[in-house]
Parts: sequence; structure tokens; C-alpha cells
Amino acid sequence: MLKLKVNDKDIEIDEGLTVLQACEKAGVEIPRFCYHEKLSIAGNCRMCLVEMEKSPKPIASCAMPATEGMNIKTNTPLVEKARKGVMEFLLANHPLDCPVCDQGGECDLQDQSMYYGIDKSRFKENKRDVPEKYMGPLIKTQMTRCIHCTRCIRFATEVAGVPELGAIGRGENMQITTYLEKSMESELSANVIDLCPVGALTSKPYVFEARPWELKKTETIDVMDSVGSNIRVDTYGWEVKRIMPRINEEINEEWISDKTRYACDGLKSQRLDNPYKKVGGEFKKISWKEAYEIVVEKIKLTSADKIAGFTGDLTNLETMYVAKDFFEKTIKSKNLESRDDNAYVNLDSRTNYIFNSQISGIEESDLILLVGANPRLEATILNARIRKSYLTNKPNIYSLGDIGDQTYPYEVLDNKTSTIKNICENKSEVSEKIKNSKKPLIILGNSVLNMKSGKFIFESFKKYLIDNNKINEDWNSLNILSKHAATVGGFDLDIVSAENNLTLETLKKNNFEIVFLIGQDNINFKKKNEFIIYIGSHGDKGAELSDIVLPGAAYTEQDAHFVNLEGKIQKAYQASFPPGEAKEDYQIFNELSELLKRKKLFRDKEELTDNLLNYLDIKKKKETLNDCMIPDFIEEKIIVDEIDYYYSNVVARASKTMSECRNSKINVKRTGTEG
Amino acid sequence: MLEDKNRIFQNLYNDLGSDLTSAQKRGDWKDTKEIISKGREWIINEIKSSELRGRGGAGFPTGLKWSFAPKEVGSRPHYLVINADESEPGTCKDRDILRFEPHKLIEGCLISAYAVNANVCYIYIRGEYFNEGQKLQKAIDEAYSKNLIGKNASGSNWNFDIFIHYGAGAYICGEETALLESLEGKKGQPRLKPPFPALIGLYGCPTIINNVETIAVVPTILKRGSKWFSSIGKPKNRGTKIFCISGNVNNPCNVEEEMGISLKDLIEKHAGGVIGGWENLKAVIPGGSSMPMLPKDICENLKMDFDSLVEQKSGLGTAGIVVINKDQDIIKCMARIARFYKHESCGQCTPCREGSGWMWRMLERMAKGEASREEVDMLMDVTQQIEGHTICAFGEGSAWPVQGLLRHFKKEIVKRNNFNPLVNKSNKIPYLVDQHLLEKDNAEIKS
Repeated sequence: MLKLKVNDKDIEIDEGLTVLQACEKAGVEIPRFCYHEKLSIAGNCRMCLVEMEKSPKPIASCAMPATEGMNIKTNTPLVEKARKGVMEFLLANHPLDCPVCDQGGECDLQDQSMYYGIDKSRFKENKRDVPEKYMGPLIKTQMTRCIHCTRCIRFATEVAGVPELGAIGRGENMQITTYLEKSMESELSANVIDLCPVGALTSKPYVFEARPWELKKTETIDVMDSVGSNIRVDTYGWEVKRIMPRINEEINEEWISDKTRYACDGLKSQRLDNPYKKVGGEFKKISWKEAYEIVVEKIKLTSADKIAGFTGDLTNLETMYVAKDFFEKTIKSKNLESRDDNAYVNLDSRTNYIFNSQISGIEESDLILLVGANPRLEATILNARIRKSYLTNKPNIYSLGDIGDQTYPYEVLDNKTSTIKNICENKSEVSEKIKNSKKPLIILGNSVLNMKSGKFIFESFKKYLIDNNKINEDWNSLNILSKHAATVGGFDLDIVSAENNLTLETLKKNNFEIVFLIGQDNINFKKKNEFIIYIGSHGDKGAELSDIVLPGAAYTEQDAHFVNLEGKIQKAYQASFPPGEAKEDYQIFNELSELLKRKKLFRDKEELTDNLLNYLDIKKKKETLNDCMIPDFIEEKIIVDEIDYYYSNVVARASKTMSECRNSKINVKRTGTEG
Repeated sequence: MLEDKNRIFQNLYNDLGSDLTSAQKRGDWKDTKEIISKGREWIINEIKSSELRGRGGAGFPTGLKWSFAPKEVGSRPHYLVINADESEPGTCKDRDILRFEPHKLIEGCLISAYAVNANVCYIYIRGEYFNEGQKLQKAIDEAYSKNLIGKNASGSNWNFDIFIHYGAGAYICGEETALLESLEGKKGQPRLKPPFPALIGLYGCPTIINNVETIAVVPTILKRGSKWFSSIGKPKNRGTKIFCISGNVNNPCNVEEEMGISLKDLIEKHAGGVIGGWENLKAVIPGGSSMPMLPKDICENLKMDFDSLVEQKSGLGTAGIVVINKDQDIIKCMARIARFYKHESCGQCTPCREGSGWMWRMLERMAKGEASREEVDMLMDVTQQIEGHTICAFGEGSAWPVQGLLRHFKKEIVKRNNFNPLVNKSNKIPYLVDQHLLEKDNAEIKS
């Protein structure tokens, strides 16, 4: 603990902090542009200058490490003059764009010049102008406004791992650019928009849409992947205008992936706003009363074992719970399933299907083995954390099979199941490394659990790690990278029909008569003459197949809970309203139950949520740790499933921005010599 | 005046030959092994007691800088880097050392590297000095072939290698941390200090970085003794210095003189006097363009060393003396110097990047006579906003010359720019169309 004085106030701080952090602890705010807690220190904006007792000139507080006995002053005329001077220089060449600049209202330069700048400009020269650069369909650049804080360069190089941004030129002619005029490769590229303190880098889809003070801000959870990043949804009336990240040190720090940020304009198109009935190959609008009547008729005429239900990838816990109750109590059918493939899952203990080490645990690990997982495309924020760990800890990273550029170097092992067998029998050199490491991390992706050897791979790894004490109270190295936002929730609520997904097999054999698709669009099966009921928010593959469409609400339009891949339950709040006649999902099941059994399942949403949380609590206490039998070994090739990153779920497929991103990536691969 | 027997650089004009045999005739590479065998402590103490100050412009005591390097070599190797990026306008002394006295430099490198525990030395030469670099490389190859450097250099049991690296035309790479960045292959932008290069320098290893002249005088000091060196010059400004006199003089030249010689002597005796006589002198820039200029009345009794110049609010810098006489347009000169700084700024920190261009544009307007009244004070304010607020000393380097101009030649600026407005303000002219109505209203209210 070091003792120093800030403005004649004594404070104590930990070692290794800078003067700026010490002043923040003392409650003194210091203006800055280039300093950011998550990036390396640059010290080039010179706005954070403070006076230190023994120094003739002011020091940059963001760069100077705090030492014992320092005496820092931030309210002297010297500091005031320094701040005014630097602000004058920044505004000298900065264009007068405030009325047309998107950053107005949330602009660091505006705020700090109000507090620390001068009132009138003395600069009478012509301002410099910089030509606009192209950085992809997501980032709008107006480089004249750039103040060269270099935050974007440091982010792209360090956090995103794509050293694409740089500064060319010297002195006044310095410009920040990608130089190659193509879109930024990284899936975290749009975070530079949040980082840029001025309006040089802004959001292209959000350009000229709204001013920040007009927007209503709601804190909620993202569902584009299983990470469950914390986001803040900004709405103007009914429309969701944009999505911004929220700080959550354990999950997503301060970043969100491009898909999370920009898929929100898919909430405006392809929406199901009315119940529809398929008549002669075409959809006809009907009323809710009529739709319910048809469904209830059909259910009463069918036996319980011929009715099946599938919950989808964006389904929240409340909807899944009410669907479960509906199937168990109202229809008395056992055929409700949350998986859309044959992934192996062992429901004995929660640790069998979550990311046990926790995302924050990745930073402490010293060996990472990726089995059938492509973290960059499946869970981008997780990948950013692995990169952070790579930069600080330098762990050994291995992957079974080549999964492309992950922004960190890794060793490629043979992508066969025999490699896993060798590791678990201590015949591979990786086994030695796993045994010697203190906190190894084995990440199994969904592609590997979906294989015939899925059970073999999971159970053999589990046994091997338990035998070598890599699974104990402090640290559990076996981690599953779940596919969708609803996966872990579905497993928590036991919405699994049988070990080998009997329901899906029966569906593929066309043995069901009524199928409920609750937001589920990913199942490929040939429809024979089943009666399919689709309950969801967007008109995609599921709705196309169906005979009756009951419109539901999307993830921003209902209060809900989601479980992320680490097993954390997070609450998402309602930010806007479902369009047209659409209702919240639980209401549909409630009303159906009322019509079938003359009793609603739940009185209101609160009762539903209480019951749900109760169920999860009880389940937690009933954990068993049975030793599971390892099945026979089958030699197979481990191939990671192709992931269409920008089209991975219903909302993304409906989004114009995602299509543009996808097109620009495909264009990137063209060399120009294709004739 | 320096006597010939006290001269360190005997071959500054290449009348005696720069190859190894001629150098050895002058005393280079004599007793190198004995000096090294006297030990590191002795070498550093000798340099400290000789009060040698860095010759690259900052004048930091060399012995003190060498003692900052860690005494024992830890996990990271030590490096010695020679700053031969001589880009300061008005300075050309390192060029002559590189061409004509390379063996003094090479021997100095060996001794200094031994003193700071470095086995490798990099010499960073500015890209424009290609021919000088080639000559230095030839001298290094000669030294390698005679086993004077390399494995077991000069029989001293110390392995020593020298590598030359060429720059690419950036003045900012003469700044020590920018030079290290450029050596590492990155953009030549200065780093923040602390941490200092003596602890974290090239590739993160302890590095001692010194100017060519500083290292080139080290062998002579150690051979002839620090007492001899401190007998020349004044207290705290000991020894000799190569002065580069250029500008409006009859005989621009490089001359090695003792510290504290009077400026008048330098210009009259060595450079042939100001063109048009001493009375035709207007101003002198004493230490390369980064130092403020001094007008004639101060130059009458000026002594050339670090401390006396600091008293006169200037500095010795690299001792590149630029003489300006009355035939020159001083404001245009200063505008040209400001243009150099705007051009060479690296662009990393805000005050220098924006401020240097702003100052240049204001000075251009002043030179043409189009400036306005408040601009003179505004210019002084801007220079004070730049100096001290930047990452490296380039900010001071660009601000000080302008301050020198404003301090001593304000009358010229006022005379050149007609600050008096065309129309004199009179109280009777209304500035508002209905000012008279306003006054009538006020008159009515009063009564």
C-alpha cells in the first residue's frame, strides 16, 4: 500500500497503479482521451497533465506510476492552463461538425471542452481536411474529426488481435486508416465505435438515426450467442435503434460482438404480427380466437404420444418452463425437446454441460485445448478472453484440427478421435503437459458432442481429468461451449427427451401428428402431413413449414431470464413491444391451457418466474455425480461444423446489416482475378 | 583559444588520413587493453570526475548516465547505442568525426561498452549520411581484421560487436527513445519517460545511448587523464567542443575549441568574421536551430558554454552556431525554421502536432506583414502552451526559437506589420445602427 497526497488529501492505494487511478480513488476526476482501462497506455493526448511537487513541468498522470510520498495537485493554475492549452490545440483542427455528427450528446470532446476548455477560439487558419476511409459496412469514418488518440489502433492490435489499423504520415498529416480500404476482419470490430471519443468512427447503420438524449435505455441480455453479454438497448418508441455494451467484468468486460450489436435491425423486418393459417399453400390472416379454436380442435383429436414440441435457440427460460408445464400437465406428452441435433448431454450434474472454469477463469489458465470448437465464430467474446490470456499468461494452446485464424497462435493436433484416445491413455505429449499444468482448460464444442463418439469423447475426458485431479473444488477443467443462448437453460429445466434425442429421430421418421415449433427454425426434416404450429417472432424456415403461425415476442420485447454458457442466470428486461397482434410467448400457452383445461397454467408472469426460479433452486440441490460408463471407441474425424456467422439465427437472418457484412466478407475473399 | 597540444581531434580536416595506420600514428588504439583492465569502476569514476557533459544537445553528465545502467547483467543483455542521427539544422560536427576520425569513435565504443557491460553496439546513422556510413563501415572492417574489436577485443577478454543501422530521413529519430523505436523496426515515435532507456531501452533491455562526439572523446580523456580534461574550460563546463560555425560568415567551418571561448573570438578568428564586419551582425543562433537566438548586444560578451548561455535564456545545444547579419530578413528566417519543425513533428502528442503548424502559419503571416495586433501575444502564449506539455523535447525545440524571436525582435514584427487600423476608433461612430437611439433611451431613463 502506497501513501500519497492528492490535492492535500491523503490516500492509500495498491502498488502498480498510475497517478490517474490514484486520483480517481481520491475522487478527483481527470480529463483524458487516449487512456482506457482495458488498453495499453499511450500518453499522447496530454489532457491528463497534473502538477507534481518535485517536477518543473506537468506530468502525464495516465503514464506515471504512483510512488510513495508523491504530492499531486490538480487544481492549480498551471494545470488549468495546461488543460486549456491542450483543448485549444485539439479543437484547432477539429471541424465544426457538432450539428451533423452522430457523437453529439455523448461526445468526450464536447463534455471535456465544456468543463476544461476555453470559451472562444483564437485559431484563424484553415482547418485541415482528411479524406474519408472505408472500413466496412459497420463503421462510418469521418477522419477529419479524428484527434489521434490511437485508442482504435490499440484495440485492434491488442484486444481484437487483427493489426489492421495504423497511422500513416507524420505530424499534421498523420491519418488513421486501414490503408487497404477493406472492411475490418475482426468480429469485434465495431467496438472501436464505442472507444472513439469523438465522431470519427461512428456506427454506419445507426447514422443520423437519433440523438442520445431522445432514446430510452434498457439494460438487458443478448441472445445472439451463448455468452449472454450484457447489453443496453436504446429504443425510440417502439423501434430498437441501437445496442450498446454494458460493463460486466466477468462475462464480456466492455465489448460485444458485431452480431450482437447490429442484428437488432432484424427486429424490424420479417416480423410475425398476426396469427396466420395456411390455406392451399398460402398464408391467410386469422384472428386469435379462430387460431386457438383450430389448435385446440387438433389437440383434442390427437393422442398425447403423437404430439411433440421443440424449443428454439433464442427461447427464454419462462417460455421453456411454461411450454414444459403445458406439455406435462395439459397435454400430458413427454415429447418436448430443446436440442436441434443429436448432441450428447449428461444431465446428472450441472457441471456436465456448462463452461465450468467461468469466462474469467480463462485468464488464469496455462493450457487450453480446443476440441471441435471454433471460439472465434461460436462465442466471440470468449475468444477475446482467450486472446487476453494469451497476451498475459502465454498458455500453450492446442486445437484438434485447423480452425482458421483465431487471433492467437495455436498448435494443430490430428483431428481424429484416436488423438483423444491417446491423450486419455497418456500416450500423447499433450497428456504430459496437461498433467503438469496447474489450470488447464479443455473446451468441447457442440460439433464434437453431436458426433457418434460424442459420449465417448465427453466421458473419457471427464474420467481422465478426474483421475489426474484436474477437476476438483477449486478448478474444473472440462468446459462445454454451448451452441445457443437457450441451450443451457433447456438442460437446466430438463427439457431433454432421451439420451439420443428420440424425439428428433421420431420427427425425422414423420411419426408425429402435431409438432409445436417454439422459435425453432434449425431442424431440417421433410414434412409429410404433420400439423405444425409455429410460435415465434420472425417468419423464417419454421414459419414457412407451419400450418398455423402464432406470433410471439422477440428477446427485447419481454422480461425474461436467460442462462449463459457459464450457468449464470441473468435477467433481461423488456425494452419495446411486440408488433401488431403478437403476444408474449407465455401468454399463448396460458390461454391455450385455459381453453383446453379451463384453467390457466399461471396467474401472471410473476408467478411463472417464481415457480421457475424455485424449480432451478431445487434442481441445484439434487446433483448426483454418477460415474458414467465409457462406450466403445469409434475412429472418426472431428470436423467443426460450418458456421455462417452472420446468418446464425432468425433475427440475424432478417437483418439488412448482417447481409451487408456477409457480402463484404465474401467479397474480401475475392482476389480480383476471377475474370 | 585552444592550444594545439590540447586538441583531441587532430584530423578534423583530413590532412593526416583517416585509415587505421594513420590513426594509430596519432595515438588511437594505444594502450586500449590497459585502460580496460583498470576496471569498470575506474572508467566510470574518471568520466565522472572529468565532468564530461553529453555533446548531443542536452548536456547531461555522461558519467552519471553511465552509472544508471545496472551494475550486474541480469536476464537482459545491455546495449550501447550511438546516436549519429545528426539532423539538427546548423550542426555538422558528427559528420567529420565519422569520416575523418572513425577510429576514435570505435575505440570509444569499445571502452564505453565495457564500462556499461554491453557486448553489442549499434550506431544509428542518418540515412542522408550514406557515404560517411560507408567510410565508417570500412573503418570497422579494418578494426575487425586487426582484432581490435570482435571476439576478445584488443586482447581485453571482452567480446564486442558493432553494427551500423541507417535512418530514413526523420529528425525525430534523433531523440533517444524515438531512435530506439526506429532501431526496433517500428515507427519512430518517442516513448514516454519514465521508464528511462538506462533501465528499459532497446528491446526492453538496459541501454546507454550517447552522441558520437561524447563517445569519441572518451578514449582521449582516459588516456590523458580526467585532470587534463577538467583543466580546459570552466567549472561544470569542462573540456573541448567542436563548434560548427555557419551562416553569414566569410569562412564557415568546424573548429574544436575550449568550452567558454567568447563568441566574438570564434567568429572573428576561426570563421573569418561576419560578412560586412562585426557591426553588420544582427543575431546569432548559438546551438542549432532549437535554441533561441541572441541579438548582437548580448553577443558582444558572450561566452560559449552550457551555463552562461542558459543565463541568457538560450542554450549551447549541439554548438551549431548560425550567424545572421543585417542583410537577412529575420522573421522570414524564423518562419523557415518553424516550417522545419512543423514538417518534422512525429504527430504523436497533441500540442506539438497542432501547435507547430499553427506557429508556422502565424510566422508566415508576420513575415509577409499580414498579422494582426493580438497575434504577437497569442504566439507567445501558444509557445508556452507547447513547451513542457509534450512527450519528448521536440516541443521545447519548436517553441524556443519562436520565443527567442519574440523576446528580442518584437520591434521588427511591429514595424513590419502595420498594427494600426486604417480607421481610428472614435466614440461618435455608432457600432450599432441604432446606437443613438439606445443612448437616447438611456438618457431618458436617467432623467
